[in-house]
Amino acid sequence: MRRQLPLVLGVLGGAALAVTGFRALAALPGAGHVPHPYGERAVADAFHHDTANAVVAVTLDQRGFDTLGEELILLAAAIGTVLLLRRLTAEAEEDAPHEYGPGEIFEGVRLVGYVLLPVTLLVGGYVVLHGHLSPGGGFQGGTVLASALYLAYLAADHRTLERLRTAGLLDTAEGLGAFGYVAIGLAGLVAGSGFLADWLPTGTVRDLRSSGTLPLLNVSIAVEVGAAFVLVVAKFLEQAILVPREEAS
Amino acid sequence: MNAWILGVLLVLTAVTATAVVLTRDPGRQAAVLSAYGLVLGMTMLALAAPDVALSQIGVGTAAVPLIVVLAIARCERATNRSRERGDRSEPR
Repeated sequence: MRRQLPLVLGVLGGAALAVTGFRALAALPGAGHVPHPYGERAVADAFHHDTANAVVAVTLDQRGFDTLGEELILLAAAIGTVLLLRRLTAEAEEDAPHEYGPGEIFEGVRLVGYVLLPVTLLVGGYVVLHGHLSPGGGFQGGTVLASALYLAYLAADHRTLERLRTAGLLDTAEGLGAFGYVAIGLAGLVAGSGFLADWLPTGTVRDLRSSGTLPLLNVSIAVEVGAAFVLVVAKFLEQAILVPREEAS
Repeated sequence: MNAWILGVLLVLTAVTATAVVLTRDPGRQAAVLSAYGLVLGMTMLALAAPDVALSQIGVGTAAVPLIVVLAIARCERATNRSRERGDRSEPR
């Protein structure tokens, strides 16, 4: 009996969750058809600020402060990962005769990497810069741009990535991206509109130069997200592909 | 038509997500997770969010499984090395 108790509780709880969950799902308004008070206000405000993509208007304009939190969480996570995966002195001594092994990459993979690299860079840049006009934005574009760097890693070799990483460019970009978002927000205080409130002319809707500060915020987010993504995966790569020197040659 | 595609994708999402949970070996799980990420990305595409689909494919299909595989490789090497060291110290 005692052993069956968790099972009975689990079945009862699961059944209750299924019933209430499906009832709640059935009561949800249909997607994209039924007007909703929040949706109406959000879209009206987006048009007021000449932002064609209402989603970005919500995330960066109406709720820009939440996005600041998200961005700083990502910054903290990236710093934490880099700190945890650093090579300690003891580890470095133990692994002293180690280096990076030669890459054994199929020619076909290399070719795909070369072909896709410029396409990915272009798509990433487009998604970032047109975030306020069409589906896109800094977070999405940043991850696309970061995956372009991994195509470079596949097409060339790890030394390319290693050179980029050790140049300190990524660390700087990571910090600058996060700083940029806060700086644009603070500039709103100086300009008199309030923290993270729009302080640039909003331009004409559907123009590349519209929506005030949103394109700038998107660029700073893309830099931060892209750098964080590359930094974290590069740290894992560094830990995994380090091999003893005799194996490497 | 669109509702049908979405329905199929949602069922596929549930099936692949269950497959991820039921796969016990972490290395295989990373591959199944990658497939699940791809299905999730296609679902987002069907829901008219192509940008989120792109980043989902970048993160869920490529980066997270890659990190898992790299971590497994690193752990296995560490265990092998300590095993080697243990063998060497035994004859003493």
